[in-house]
Amino acid sequence: MKNIHKHFGGVIALRGVDFTVGDNEVIGLIGDNGAGKSTLQKVLSGLYPPTKGEIYIRGEKINPRDYSVKKAHELGIETVFQEKALGEKQALWRNVFLGRQPVGPLGFLDVDKAKSETDRIMKDFLGFTGAGISPESTVSTLSGGERQGIAIGRAMYFEADLIILDEPTNALSVKEIGKVLDFIREVKRRGKSCVYISHTIAHIYEVSDRFVILDKGKIVDRREKGDLTEQELIDELTHHAAKSEEGADV
Amino acid sequence: MKLLEKVKTYNTQIGLTFIALLILVLFMVTAPGTFLRPRIYISFLSTTPFIGIAGLGLTLVLISGEIDLSFTAVMAFAGFVFATVMGFTGSIILGILAGLAAGSVVGMLNGMLVTLIGIPSIVVTLGMQFLIRGATNIIASGRATTLTEISGTPMYNILVGEIGGVIPAQSIWFLALAVLIWSLLFRHRFGDHILFSGDNPETAEMMGISVTKTKILVFTLFGMLAAFAGILDSFRLRTWWPTMGEGYLMTTMAAVFVGGTSMFGGEGTVYGTFLGAFLIGSLEAGIVAAGLSGFWTRFIYGILILIAVTVHTLLRRRS
Ligand SMILES: Nc1ncnc2c1ncn2[C@@H]1O[C@H](COP(=O)(O)OP(=O)(O)OP(=O)(O)O)[C@@H](O)[C@H]1O
Ligand SMILES: [Mg+2]
Repeated sequence: MKNIHKHFGGVIALRGVDFTVGDNEVIGLIGDNGAGKSTLQKVLSGLYPPTKGEIYIRGEKINPRDYSVKKAHELGIETVFQEKALGEKQALWRNVFLGRQPVGPLGFLDVDKAKSETDRIMKDFLGFTGAGISPESTVSTLSGGERQGIAIGRAMYFEADLIILDEPTNALSVKEIGKVLDFIREVKRRGKSCVYISHTIAHIYEVSDRFVILDKGKIVDRREKGDLTEQELIDELTHHAAKSEEGADV
Repeated sequence: MKLLEKVKTYNTQIGLTFIALLILVLFMVTAPGTFLRPRIYISFLSTTPFIGIAGLGLTLVLISGEIDLSFTAVMAFAGFVFATVMGFTGSIILGILAGLAAGSVVGMLNGMLVTLIGIPSIVVTLGMQFLIRGATNIIASGRATTLTEISGTPMYNILVGEIGGVIPAQSIWFLALAVLIWSLLFRHRFGDHILFSGDNPETAEMMGISVTKTKILVFTLFGMLAAFAGILDSFRLRTWWPTMGEGYLMTTMAAVFVGGTSMFGGEGTVYGTFLGAFLIGSLEAGIVAAGLSGFWTRFIYGILILIAVTVHTLLRRRS
């Protein structure tokens, strides 16, 4: 993405962001509250059209007017959210195939296929075996980590080349967070890419190859994991936070 | 294990079936002279489909996370359009098509005001209820239209005739529509869109589904179903009344809630609405036949609604 701007009325959420994701890499996107991370994620995933700027996918320029969630899905870009990823009251198989249901000629669902494929995703991609969860279980009966697992498994199933995760570990227990991080490593092992947005530096540091730091709608730094330790990354963030505090005081 | 899962998934429906059977047995014991003979059941089949068909549409709207209070006025409006167009053109078919189209347009308008302007559906449809009822009355000058010329026509027999001289055709229409709506909701792509729009509109949008489009379509569909119920009722009575449908608002809502569809969107049951319509539709006759005065009707409605809704809520919380 090149020179991305996004305004909400008077609020400028992004001001000239250049953001690139390479093959098979995990990028940690970091920044303070309100820095514009979620806005960037929503532009990338086709939910918000950018106010200004260019989007390239595999080197090809995308017309922002034709870009949408559907289009992003077609091009292999999937998004995973904390609470909004799944419909709570619906069966897993409906969630997995929402928007991309296997259907017959009149639009009637191929329920058997949806269920058996969901079962396959749970066993092959996620290692959910037994445990009392089936494709017919409703989402509300799953733990937070399992829900994120289903959302990530869905993205892997549809052969996403890029999976964007916006704070996927919010409100999860340590054990559940471990599961989500494992899913991210699995994505990387399969040769796909990830953008990982979080406030928890320890998790970001653990799984990311590169870090991009966003502050007030601008990218203020890019670092390779090899270049700095976790503590240095934290120091750098504190530094940016302090600087923008000063800015706010003036 | 597999069976237990099924029981859990369908506990609302199973619970309701038990309530219905219980009430049936109660009626059979207190009024055997009436409830052990087929006549009363034929009468239920003749009168219940109107709230039932409206209830099916209301079920869809509730699952999509909205509500619609305008349907009784839409029934009258569509009945009026049907009677008027038929009067002018002499064609029953054209009258029916015009009536269905009129109902769909009102439904679409509801949907657009709710989604595009962002007014809560309870307010939009309350206003629409008055507007449509009022407009119909103004145009009709408050007068009824007799439709005696339709009796005996093929369309009359298809819509409200007696199959084999016994079964009222409208009950078959109700059954067919229930099956159709069930398939649409639970076995069709569009049903997924309705379920998720009501469950979590943000999730739906994130997966590339237009909640706006879905809801407008659902309101339109309900408009068409309400119109069909109104036309059907005009056929049955062979008269169009300006007050048509006025008694149906509370009973239809009662049927849907007793059936187990929730107010909160994202879940509901077509089977429940089907059974709920017959429960509510049979209660009055049952109470009178059981020897209680008509004054008891509302009281017993109240008890039934509260018990059914309590059972549904408890079952839902447990699963
Ligand atoms: N839909 C919207 N309408 C108006 N303003 C918005 C909208 N979405 C975001 N903003 C504004 O844009 C700015 C960036 O918000 P964004 O959600 O991208 O931040 P973030 O980095 O994800 O923050 P957090 O870490 O708290 O999630 C904020 O000032 C926010 O108020
Ligand atoms: Mg955010």
